[in-house]
Amino acid sequence: MKELFAILIGAMLVENFVLTKFLGICPFLGVSKKTSTALGMSGAVVFVLVLSQAVTWFVYEYMLKPNNLEYLQTITFILVIATLVQFVEIVLKKLIPTLYKSLGVYLPLITTNCAVLGSALIFVERDYTFVESVVFGFAAGLGFTLALILFSGIRERLETADIPEAFKGMPITLIAASLVSVTFIGFAGLIIS
Amino acid sequence: MAERKKAFSVLINGLLNENPTFRLLLGMCPSLAVTTMAKNGLGMGAAATFVLVGSNLVISLIRKIVPDKVRIPAYITIIAGFTTIVQLLLAALLPELNKQLGIFIPLIVVNCIIFARAEMFAQKNGPLLSVLDGLGMGAGFTIAITIIGSVREILGAGTWMGIPVTVNLFEPAVMFILPPGGFLAMGFLVALFNELTKKKKDVGSECETGCGVGCPGCSRAANGGEA
Repeated sequence: MKELFAILIGAMLVENFVLTKFLGICPFLGVSKKTSTALGMSGAVVFVLVLSQAVTWFVYEYMLKPNNLEYLQTITFILVIATLVQFVEIVLKKLIPTLYKSLGVYLPLITTNCAVLGSALIFVERDYTFVESVVFGFAAGLGFTLALILFSGIRERLETADIPEAFKGMPITLIAASLVSVTFIGFAGLIIS
Repeated sequence: MAERKKAFSVLINGLLNENPTFRLLLGMCPSLAVTTMAKNGLGMGAAATFVLVGSNLVISLIRKIVPDKVRIPAYITIIAGFTTIVQLLLAALLPELNKQLGIFIPLIVVNCIIFARAEMFAQKNGPLLSVLDGLGMGAGFTIAITIIGSVREILGAGTWMGIPVTVNLFEPAVMFILPPGGFLAMGFLVALFNELTKKKKDVGSECETGCGVGCPGCSRAANGGEA
């Protein structure tokens, strides 16, 4: 239990995917303009991350490992993730249309979100068990959510700020992201053992 | 003559006009994550260039055979194949660099630059032009992240490519090799790039669409292709 809690806090705060590991920067910069879209995207990411961690873990442990095909992990994982995202989209559309309506537009963007492939590669690297890797995926998703929502609040205020011409658009957003990232450095001392 | 001119313009397109990192803001994850040292930037750029040239070449060769509906999964598989080649080569030849770049080598698969070039260029052009496009874009990416890496290494560690350069000049600010420094250096460099190229075009608005369209653009295509 203690290990799982350590993984949860670790992946969420200490090694926050977006702000300290630089995974999932594209959606972080792309959909953080409004808090509502940030929420939708985060929901979809958490959902897909947990699912993909579960599926890729089984694929790795029971298909790649017994056949000594570990070197095919990149190809296998990306294809599994792409198919999974497509599958989730179809299932949600049929079974839970209301959820599909709020998450649907964000789903296709997730295939190319490096956080999803990244966490699959990390559980291989760290040799996580099934439960650990799912918890890790969930925590990574929560960390992504936290970063995205915090940041969208800041960006909504930046909209009205007076910014020098050359800094308009992305540059000022990146500099603001840097300041948010500084606060997350503070969590680095938080080690649970 | 016109042929040669076109080939040349394709080659240098990626360096300035459509620089993937500073102008289109594609492939941000590796540009921020591995650029704590100039050397890592160079290595990452070379690896991505290899994948980019290889996948552009293969995709432009098979573009007429692959049906439109399955092109996206086919492209992903090709890109993942080349990424695996790079991964294995690096692990065998440059284990030190491989360790430094870590999971960002396999993550080349989801680097939007590569997918975007497959969709926007290799799909519509012949092998020669596609290879040139891959080389140009790869060089643009490599130069950009090497610059980011240099800035961060000099300010953060006081060295460049491992050689001390700022001895007695100033105390290195460790923050620049930490994650916040990545965002900060990138922000200022993009602003500088905007300022330097301002006269030609209205860059501010273009960047905005570039960021918006970049990643979502290629994934939207991914969705359409597989549906």
